[in-house]
Amino acid sequence: MKILVCIKQVPQKDAPLKLNEAGTWIREDVSYEVNEPDAYALEEALRQKEKHGGEVVVITAGPTRSQQVLREALAKGADRAIHLEDDRFGALESTNTARAIAAAIEGEKFDLVVTGLQSDDYGAAQTGVLLAEILGWPHATIIIGIEKTDSGVHLKRELEAGHYQFIDMPLPAVLTIQSGINKLRYATLIGIKQAKMKPMRKVSYGEVEAKLSKNLQRIERLYVPVKQKKTEMLEGTPPEVAKKLVEHLRNTVRVI
Amino acid sequence: MADCILVVAEHREGKLNRASFETIAGAQAISKETGWAVEVVVVGEGLDAVIAELATKIVSRVYAIEAAALAAYTSDAYVYALKNFVSTKQPKLVLFPHTYQVRDFAPRLALALDRTLISDAIGYKFESGKLLFSRQMFQGKFAADVSFAGDPPWLVTFQIGAFRGDLAEPGSAPTEKVTAAVAEGAPRVTPHEVFQEAKQAVDLSQAAIIIAVGRGIKEQKNVAIAENLAAALGGELAASRPICDNGWLPLERQVGSSGQTVAPKLYIAIGISGAIQHIVGMKGARTIVAINKDAEAPIFEIADIGVVGNLFDIVPALTAEIVKVKAGT
Ligand SMILES: Cc1cc2nc3c(=O)[nH]c(=O)nc-3n(C[C@H](O)[C@H](O)[C@H](O)COP(=O)(O)OP(=O)(O)OC[C@H]3O[C@@H](n4cnc5c(N)ncnc54)[C@H](O)[C@@H]3O)c2cc1C
Repeated sequence: MKILVCIKQVPQKDAPLKLNEAGTWIREDVSYEVNEPDAYALEEALRQKEKHGGEVVVITAGPTRSQQVLREALAKGADRAIHLEDDRFGALESTNTARAIAAAIEGEKFDLVVTGLQSDDYGAAQTGVLLAEILGWPHATIIIGIEKTDSGVHLKRELEAGHYQFIDMPLPAVLTIQSGINKLRYATLIGIKQAKMKPMRKVSYGEVEAKLSKNLQRIERLYVPVKQKKTEMLEGTPPEVAKKLVEHLRNTVRVI
Repeated sequence: MADCILVVAEHREGKLNRASFETIAGAQAISKETGWAVEVVVVGEGLDAVIAELATKIVSRVYAIEAAALAAYTSDAYVYALKNFVSTKQPKLVLFPHTYQVRDFAPRLALALDRTLISDAIGYKFESGKLLFSRQMFQGKFAADVSFAGDPPWLVTFQIGAFRGDLAEPGSAPTEKVTAAVAEGAPRVTPHEVFQEAKQAVDLSQAAIIIAVGRGIKEQKNVAIAENLAAALGGELAASRPICDNGWLPLERQVGSSGQTVAPKLYIAIGISGAIQHIVGMKGARTIVAINKDAEAPIFEIADIGVVGNLFDIVPALTAEIVKVKAGT
């Protein structure tokens, strides 16, 4: 199987985020990492390749710094990478991101495209589904199991509240992957060394611009959410806090 | 044609998803400000009971788009049928509950209509004649107001819990059946039955005290810290999703949209950030205590009692204090 994995670089989970001066986005001087569900999508692609042979290609759209997530993917075993490299890619809405990816892979014949089910920054949960529409392929979302069959793929979809569903679909197809579908591997030292030799194709904004259209939605402002509930914050050393909390548990919550 | 807001309701095998009423409540609120009529549509087969239930709210009309090909959900068939319906109807707004099923087809529907979808909105604002939709960003650390830059129909999905379904205003609406547009040719996708994994051994929904642990616990062996607290309080141990994904605790102890929904007297969240998918599973708890080193963590937005600090210092101190108090020393 020839598999494309779409991955995105997002701020690190524990990174303290600050608003920019215009109040439209965060300040960019934070540390970044790979979007977690995308890491699972990559892992799944690597496992499918190990079972069925083929090729794993990784792609991202973003500024120069986002090359890091491609390098890491190559170190884990992806065969080559495509970088849609430009600051402007970060400002695209999901539809245009999907269009840019579709344009960058024109002429390549993938059997399967996998993405994480949503990003930890914007969280729109749309790019993979939109890519399927642009390519004219079937798709399925929130996938927690993939089994290749003679006619395509047999998939396990997660549904709400502990429900599941199996579905069958032909290839080529686009799947969005849920975290936890597999166990992530670490890059090995040899892998990291080999990654440096693997091909990385750069695609400029100009090369795909004709395929994009005006963003149809706009972030007017970004802000810290307004608190709904009055929280009583307990302060002090750990033993002091423990004492105060136990008083609450005894007198107001009445569980002790 | 009068301007309207179209709510796409959801059902599974003829059983209405209650989140549909939340979206109707949202649509009713927007309607009061814009003057646009609210209509509801549901897609499937044999929908008599579903539309009868939807028609008990104040809406102008409830439509059932029916065809045999829509008996079991597939994104292809839903997109095809709804694209047809929406492009004929030309509503101003198309609203959906942000369910797993909607996530699966709504983006595709938006693009098929050459439009865009604002997903997972938590509310709306109507500012000088312009509609803005608020949504969480960066896993709830920020919120954004997002506007549409193109022409209607504008598509929006609302997060579960964004509006109160029980506040959807009652009324009596006419219903109408529409024969669905069905694509020619064989369907590409074969869906199988929806099922649940074998009965769970742990029923957290009945627990009075729950100690829940999140990724802040760092390593599997540290889960014992939370276990000790649970033992001291006589509570059940639960977890956020990453803990179960890692296999540190069994899946049946996961709380949230893809796990269990709980409503204990006391819920202590330890090293849990408070992502919406976790919160929907535990916000019904009577008292929520959050222990997190990050004062900005979204969990503090719903906590009754908060402690900002290192869980590795605070939780053992708390356990020790409880043991001491219980022993009466
Ligand atoms: C479709 C879908 C379904 C999902 N279903 C669920 C679900 O059912 N249940 C669920 O929980 N999630 C679910 N998720 C995942 C959810 O979005 C979050 O990713 C998840 O809840 C995060 O778990 P967490 O809070 O433990 O981890 P993180 O978000 O990584 O938070 C860890 C927290 O620990 C704190 N911390 C770190 N170290 C310390 C320390 N030493 N002391 C104190 N605090 C510390 C950090 O400040 C941080 O706030 C779902 C996601 C999707 C997309």
